[in-house]
Amino acid sequence: MRLPVHGPGSSFSDLLKSQEPDLLPGRDMHGQVEIPEGTTVLALRFADGVIMAGDRRATEGFQIAHRSIEKVFEADDMSAVGIAGAAGPAVEMVRLFQTELEHYEKVEGERLSLEGKANKLSQMIRANLPAAMQGLAVVPVFAGFDDIRGEGRIFKYDITGGRYEEDDYHATGSGGKDARSSLKKRFRSDLARDEAVKIAIEALFDAADEDVGTGGPDLMRGIFPTVVAITVEGTIEIAEDDIRVLFEELIGDRREQMLQPETHTVDVRRPQGETHD
Amino acid sequence: MAMPYYVSPEQMMKDKADYARKGIARGKSVIVLEYTDGIMFIAENRSATLHKISEIYDRIAFAGVGKFNEFEQLRIGGIRLVDMKGYSYSRDDVTAKGLANAYSQTLGNIFTGELKPYECEVLVASVGDTTATNELFHILFDGSVTDRTGWVAMGGQADALGTYLKDKYPKKTPSSKDALKLGVDALKTVEGSEVGSDALEVAVLDRTRTRRKFRRLLESELAKLL
Repeated sequence: MRLPVHGPGSSFSDLLKSQEPDLLPGRDMHGQVEIPEGTTVLALRFADGVIMAGDRRATEGFQIAHRSIEKVFEADDMSAVGIAGAAGPAVEMVRLFQTELEHYEKVEGERLSLEGKANKLSQMIRANLPAAMQGLAVVPVFAGFDDIRGEGRIFKYDITGGRYEEDDYHATGSGGKDARSSLKKRFRSDLARDEAVKIAIEALFDAADEDVGTGGPDLMRGIFPTVVAITVEGTIEIAEDDIRVLFEELIGDRREQMLQPETHTVDVRRPQGETHD
Repeated sequence: MAMPYYVSPEQMMKDKADYARKGIARGKSVIVLEYTDGIMFIAENRSATLHKISEIYDRIAFAGVGKFNEFEQLRIGGIRLVDMKGYSYSRDDVTAKGLANAYSQTLGNIFTGELKPYECEVLVASVGDTTATNELFHILFDGSVTDRTGWVAMGGQADALGTYLKDKYPKKTPSSKDALKLGVDALKTVEGSEVGSDALEVAVLDRTRTRRKFRRLLESELAKLL
């Protein structure tokens, strides 16, 4: 084993490029392939930081590829990245991103700023553009606590690496639009953590209700969406039991609403006007 | 044509070794101690930014003494090596032994091949699930490696510190508080002067932590403990 004493500064991606270029994600490829796709991830800000949540389903065409995939990853202690799109390249990108952040922190003796992390992710998405053109697009959401500003921040991306900051909430993936509609109705800027977690769960539930690709809570197998909260204290994953309780409450509430007598139903099985008694 | 002077290999190695030893002895010392929950590093270091102790990987830390730019180069090289290995294989495949071996090869080659040897010594420590599975590798300027247990003193007045620690390091692994006191007392006795919390750099590999076991003790924490 040779010690790479002379290397490219504090960037792990550059090191990988110089030593093992084949391990870099985003290689050029030809033809279309069908691979598992991750579906819905969302992030929203609350008073002390930011929440990120994602469902657990991966689909391959109209099939379920995986029931309990993880789409929300801790990038480091103070930030998380949520992935939607081609699952394989996305997970690989997250792993490189995590290594990049830790490598920088160890070499330099201090963490990258949140802005710096967001920009680094942007470069990695841009590097994936050739693969994205072949249908392997990776479109993550990045969120974290900004030490300098003292607040949570959310960044969304497009496939060219374009980086856009969101002020309040964002959701992406096949159920992203439904999750955003749900968040839009319930979001306030002064949410407490528990309220924000509840809203995130409700948005995922609404997305799963409308979008075939998004997985709802799987009560039978005990698989629930992942929810993390990032504050100045660091990242904590909300316990599965707490999430289960919140879903059960939500389902209870919805059931009550749904079981109201339906007033506008027309019974098509019988000719109109016919009385039957 | 001027003929180069003949210098016997024995003499050349001896000169190089003396040169390196002198350079290392000019610097400040680092003490490494095993304690109940892991491994503690105590360095006399007045700089809050130029570190002698550093995180390398999940369970692995590094300490260097001697010339800063030389051990800093080794430190960064080590981080590159383990991050590459952990990324291409798995995090479990990164071991202190592998890293110590790479340092040993590098320092050995520099000692024999280059005109000027490195004036530094490094220590690679890895915290295990029990004290018995901790690993401490001390690598000298010429690439020789020793596998240590209990305590290590290096740099500056390493010999005097070694004598003190050999005498005072308890048979039963000390608690973190006792280990810190032992280390600081050793530095005070050997230096013959007060060593305050602002002149110390202390870090631990704490096995009770989650994935990344390395943690620096803040100056305020140290002041409270001392």
